Amino acid sequence: MKKRKANRELIKLDNISKIYTLGETKVNAVDGLSFSVSPGEFVSVMGPSGSGKSTSMNLIGSLDVPTKGSIFLDGQDISHLYESDLAQIRGRKIGFIFQSFNLIPNLTAKENVMLPMMFQGVDEFKREERSEDLLKLVELQDRMDQYPNQLSGGQMQRVAIARALANDPEVVLADEPTGNLDTVTGEKVMNFLLKLNKQGKTIVLVTHDPDLALKYSQKIYWLKDGKLDKITSKKVGKWIKTNK
Amino acid sequence: MVNYFPLAFRNLKRRGIRSYLTLLGIFIGIAAVISLITLGAGLKSAVMSQFGVSSTQVITVQGGGLSGYGPPGSGVTRPLTVDDVVAINKISLVERAIRRNIVSGKLEFNDIVGFGYATNILDGEDRRFIYAQIDAPAIAGRLLKDGDTNKVVLGYNFYVNKAGFGKPIKPGDQVLIQDKKFEVVGITKQKGSFILDSVVYMNNKPLEDLMGYGDKADIIAVKIKDKDSMDKAKEEIEKLMRKRRNVKEGEEDFEVSTPEAALETVNNVLGGVQAFIIIIASISIIVGAIGIINTMTTSVLERRREIGIMKSIGAKNSQIFAQFLSRIRITWFDRWACRSAFWDVYWICRNCRNQ
Repeated sequence: MKKRKANRELIKLDNISKIYTLGETKVNAVDGLSFSVSPGEFVSVMGPSGSGKSTSMNLIGSLDVPTKGSIFLDGQDISHLYESDLAQIRGRKIGFIFQSFNLIPNLTAKENVMLPMMFQGVDEFKREERSEDLLKLVELQDRMDQYPNQLSGGQMQRVAIARALANDPEVVLADEPTGNLDTVTGEKVMNFLLKLNKQGKTIVLVTHDPDLALKYSQKIYWLKDGKLDKITSKKVGKWIKTNK
Repeated sequence: MVNYFPLAFRNLKRRGIRSYLTLLGIFIGIAAVISLITLGAGLKSAVMSQFGVSSTQVITVQGGGLSGYGPPGSGVTRPLTVDDVVAINKISLVERAIRRNIVSGKLEFNDIVGFGYATNILDGEDRRFIYAQIDAPAIAGRLLKDGDTNKVVLGYNFYVNKAGFGKPIKPGDQVLIQDKKFEVVGITKQKGSFILDSVVYMNNKPLEDLMGYGDKADIIAVKIKDKDSMDKAKEEIEKLMRKRRNVKEGEEDFEVSTPEAALETVNNVLGGVQAFIIIIASISIIVGAIGIINTMTTSVLERRREIGIMKSIGAKNSQIFAQFLSRIRITWFDRWACRSAFWDVYWICRNCRNQ
């Protein structure tokens, strides 16, 4: 994996809003949010519960569409695409890592890693080869044929990381990846993400843990009540507040 | 699609008990429906054979009158005659018309007296026509030939001791009919109809001498040259008979029936029974279908999380649908196998019955 130059906007949120209707109540989960992520950046989206972090991640990951505004992924407006096109984008350009791992329980670690490639029509031989390589990368070469219930939390999350990398996406979206892990295992997982970032992957970390965000990311978008509260960036080892 | 079959198999295996229960439900549902259909078909077949309905191109003419119990021709006020047969034979659409007489009489064997029916077998070409129509070859001994005088052929029930004479009657045995001695020369194949299996076949001359029916014909069986002209032939026969019997249209004292009409009568009788069976079968199908819909819906709802995961890693809706379709196909394959097995059993049973 080559390090990509940060001279363009890989992800751009342009004044997006997401309104959920719950009965007669309308909830503004995200309200006029704008920010961008450059290639190769390690960015965190921070905020307390209900600040719109997960909704933002779902929107960036094209799992949901905004009520208003536009989302650009690598220059392409993905906010008004058909479901089948969004599925293709999700499969090729984005890798997801979830708090609860979200592995398919009746598939082995290797098969879980092979699955995204199957949806992209990669032939079986290549799928197997790549999934084995990826599981070696996350140091699970001896656990390839284990089912999720035979793996520890940290191992499951590493399988999820390998799965997220299956189609060599440009962006990895990690939603509270250490939320279900102990500190030591969580650190190990975060180090994997850091390693990936150093190899050129763009990482968007969604977390409510400021220590985690401060330790690993280069830029933090702080959300509050669905809006961007502030942006902080790491410059020469120091965090400075930048303009929105 | 091929890629999704292993996934579908895994899912079925993972929910083993439910999968087996679903298959069991489908199996029982199919068994119920096929049993009911078989029952309906079997009932129809049995009733048809009891009525002696055949699908050949033969029209029957009978005299009208008191409709009572007894063989055709009994209770008829103006019987048909041999002259009617001759006249019908002259119609251009007719290939052959023959008289049939069915009389009731007394048969004695093994010191037991019974009452039943005897029917006449004509000589020459007419004999071949009759044998073709009754389609009952001899399973023991032989059929009657021209010139057989004191000889009879008996229906299958006499041979298997179902005619109430204490023991089976076999070729070579002597029986008394109307107190006159006759030799049994053959037994006909089982027809499945109580009447046809309990009848005594006798050449026309000895039967006429014995019963004295003269030139009276109980039934005239008319074979039509072309099956497609059945209705036209029926009309012509009716027209001829009206003229010969000097009756107006609508006041006929005779009846001309086609096989279709006979079939219709039987079908009318069976209509209600079959409708009932269809209703029961439909209920079974609906219940089964609702069961499958319920299982599939539950399965989809249960797997919402899994579907979400698959969508997040790039699965299109069509690919997820294909997975469910694979699962349905596996279940369908099992269902097809069950259905095939049932039909095989049905055909084996049916063939055994026919033999």
